[in-house]
Amino acid sequence: MGESYDAAILGGGLVGTAIGLGLAGQGLRTAILDEGDVAHRASRGNFALVWVQSKGMGMPRYSSWTRESVRLWPGFAASLREEAGIDVSLHQPGGFTLALSEGELERRAANMARLVMQPGFEHLDYEVWDRAQLRQVFPEIGPEVAGAIYCPLDGHVNSLRLFRAQHIVFARRGGAYLPNFPAQDITQLPGGGFRILSGDRSIEAERVILAAGIGNARLAPMVGLGAPVRPLRGQALVTEKIAPFLSHPIVTLRQTDEGGVMIGDSQEEAGFDESTGLGILGAMADRAARMFPKLGQANIVRTWSALRVMTKDGFPIYQQSDAAPGAFLATCHSGVTLAAVHALTVAPMIAAGGLTDALDAFHPRRFHVPAAS
Amino acid sequence: MFQRLPEACDSASRTSIHFTLDGLPAEGFAGDTVAAALLALGRDTCRQTAVSGSPRGPYCMMGVCFDCLVVIDGVGNRQGCLVPLREGMVVETQAGKREIGR
Amino acid sequence: MTRLEQVSDLQPSYDVVVVGAGPAGMAAATEAAAHGLEVLLVDEAVSPGGQIFRAITQTPLRNREVLGEDYWRGRAAADSLLASGVHYLPGATVWHLDAGLQFGLSVGGRAAAVTARRAVLATGALERPFPVKGWTLPGVMSAGAAQTLLKASGMVPQGRVVLAGTGPLLWLLASQLVAAGHPPTAILDTTPTGNWRHAVRAFPGFLRSPYLAKGLRLLMRVRRAVRVVPGVTELAIEPGASCAAELVFHRGMRPAERMAADHVLLHQGVTPNVNLANAAGCALEWSELQACFRPRSDAWGRSSIEGIAITGDGSRIAGAEIAALRGQLAGLDAACELGRMDAEARDKLAAPIRARIATYDRGREFLDRLYRPSDHFRLPHDEALACRCEEVTGRQLREVAALGVPGPNQMKSMLRCGMGPCQGRLCGLTVVEAVAAARGVSPADVGYYRLRSPVKPITVAEIASMPRKASDEKAVLRV
Repeated sequence: MGESYDAAILGGGLVGTAIGLGLAGQGLRTAILDEGDVAHRASRGNFALVWVQSKGMGMPRYSSWTRESVRLWPGFAASLREEAGIDVSLHQPGGFTLALSEGELERRAANMARLVMQPGFEHLDYEVWDRAQLRQVFPEIGPEVAGAIYCPLDGHVNSLRLFRAQHIVFARRGGAYLPNFPAQDITQLPGGGFRILSGDRSIEAERVILAAGIGNARLAPMVGLGAPVRPLRGQALVTEKIAPFLSHPIVTLRQTDEGGVMIGDSQEEAGFDESTGLGILGAMADRAARMFPKLGQANIVRTWSALRVMTKDGFPIYQQSDAAPGAFLATCHSGVTLAAVHALTVAPMIAAGGLTDALDAFHPRRFHVPAAS
Repeated sequence: MFQRLPEACDSASRTSIHFTLDGLPAEGFAGDTVAAALLALGRDTCRQTAVSGSPRGPYCMMGVCFDCLVVIDGVGNRQGCLVPLREGMVVETQAGKREIGR
Repeated sequence: MTRLEQVSDLQPSYDVVVVGAGPAGMAAATEAAAHGLEVLLVDEAVSPGGQIFRAITQTPLRNREVLGEDYWRGRAAADSLLASGVHYLPGATVWHLDAGLQFGLSVGGRAAAVTARRAVLATGALERPFPVKGWTLPGVMSAGAAQTLLKASGMVPQGRVVLAGTGPLLWLLASQLVAAGHPPTAILDTTPTGNWRHAVRAFPGFLRSPYLAKGLRLLMRVRRAVRVVPGVTELAIEPGASCAAELVFHRGMRPAERMAADHVLLHQGVTPNVNLANAAGCALEWSELQACFRPRSDAWGRSSIEGIAITGDGSRIAGAEIAALRGQLAGLDAACELGRMDAEARDKLAAPIRARIATYDRGREFLDRLYRPSDHFRLPHDEALACRCEEVTGRQLREVAALGVPGPNQMKSMLRCGMGPCQGRLCGLTVVEAVAAARGVSPADVGYYRLRSPVKPITVAEIASMPRKASDEKAVLRV
């Protein structure tokens, strides 16, 4: 017979710990059950953008949801600083998508126009900048750079410090972090609540929240939920620490507050293979050096790959189980951008007993009905 | 400070190499790495770190610790213990983070 | 031997690519080439020898007494290499290897991809981290660093020189400094006094090994000339007022003692340099006796990845003699695998080599047990920088471990330890052991950093110069 909690979260990544610190903050006795040191962890591999500009093609509600989080982010960062003593280095100066040719700029501008013209798409400020404008902000751009899309809402954080800060706040609020506890089975208890099994260990909880990323696909059916998610590999590189030279984040290139320049972000279907490949790393490095030629002489100190948690349409799933009341699912591939709403909006809903209509658009029933026009 | 044994600085058998260190003329021998030449000149600090600005000098002399970083011929963060000293080289202290393009 | 100067001199592929030109790498390359294979030997240094025979072909030292006959024996190995058909690329960085046996190599800022039919990694050993307070101060170096300066440039540290730590290399360096006429001021011996108890059962083997006579001669020479302070249980290094550093140490319950030094040379043994093997995906295993991770390998050095063999001290710490012999075995096995001989012929050639390995191996366990560094000095002091690159202290490691961090990779995400240019070479074991201690489990249960290429930094432009396919471009530019 294991411990008993008000809520058990399966998954100790950015999504799980954001919801976890939110639930603990609502006074729930909360446990986070996590895998071990080596696991498919998108939270270790993300690009750390707090990003709006390109999101929501096919689901206007997702853009609004993202913007709710972006608005909550400064307060969220302040609470992390206060409770964990960690500055997650949130900067929201606006962000760019650079184009390396006139043709690329036109295509990107056309995509943005299509995005914001969707019915029901909340008004979004963005601008298409030409090369001359861009040079005012980035004096070091290379001759191929034709222009950029700019959106004033975009920003970035230090996502590794965010990860640590969320863990610390969760612990300070009395949460129990249980690593090396990969959930094997979840059973409903007769009087309500759940038992979660891992080897010869088990715990019980009134509510169970699946925040296990790719692992949700396996876990969801155990509690009457559906999480049709698949891995989508992303690779990234980071340079040695360089004196600050990028004032704004670019969607494929950002300088961290520590000085490293991160270069991303590929997308490939590679199953669960988390290796990196010279070809894709080379393609990303090549584009980075064409955007900022002086970057060509910077040293790459690390590369990595991680698996994005993707649904068929790329949007999150938030769902509560009808068959197993008290079971919830939260899955997305933007654990950084959405951290603020996960902690400050989703967690209180779960604590209060159920998800509200505000999250209807993210129900997985959307995968089963023909797309509405 | 490191001192050369007499047989290791016999100018008849060893070629001296001239370079500059932070703008001042300096001398070493063929066969020295940049880091070794600096140590023979009594320079046990070659950089300030990129994180805190603390002084550091060579620790391992075999290319693994990255504490002997210096600017060589205008290129920052080079491992002084792996680069052979060459005539006319311009060696500078690595002051914290590398500058872009330098 | 054909000496290559730059990556444009390289062929796109070789039968065998050997990484590292120390005793194991030289032997493996020479042996494989002797059987008619096309062999590329890549090394980071500008001349062959590795660390143990560093600068063997070009050291300025003429007096053979200083470095000793064990060093000069390396000349024969280098001569065999020079006389072989090996293609030798010095001054090169090997920064990538994958399971498809594709290497990424760079020389002077230019990179190339080279494919091998067999890869032999002879990446040698590293000095174990010594995370005491102040080990990052200028004037504090590893004993190996001082030895490299002696071999390659004929330099000795001047002034008050204090050696601290444990292990054969510490004593070897001391004896070389004595022979050079510059005995160190003192040796602070951190060898745990209880180690004798554990070592004594391996003593009979040591008695029959070639190490005995050598070791005794060396210890006597040092003890006659140098003040040895045994039983040091605590050590910290502080910046000195009128000298580079001031050592503060304890011997058991005795009050703190202080010693001024112009040079502090630290050492507590060596461990396999596993970075390239790890990044290539080769499985590692924990050795409790040697307190380190090493790549899993069989009697021929074959790793968990088909086609990649790991040999010499890079796979198991056993010293230069055994490294060379095992390198030879890896060379023979490559020749066999690539059809130059059958298994029977290989085994026949291997038999006398294995017999010689056994002779030397008899003495190893005693040395491993006698010089096993204490838990105290393997774990980071609160105020020591456990990770020198990212400047993460022992105290930070402990605080974050208390959150329930399961292993070094999670610790890396939390504190950035291991994310700097050294890629965990100077902090990996420290972090693993700190997590293991916090969890109350063995490092075997905690595991090691998961590393990836580039295992040494290379420029953005160098990676950008790598060959790629249209699908790679498409995965990156999606508009």
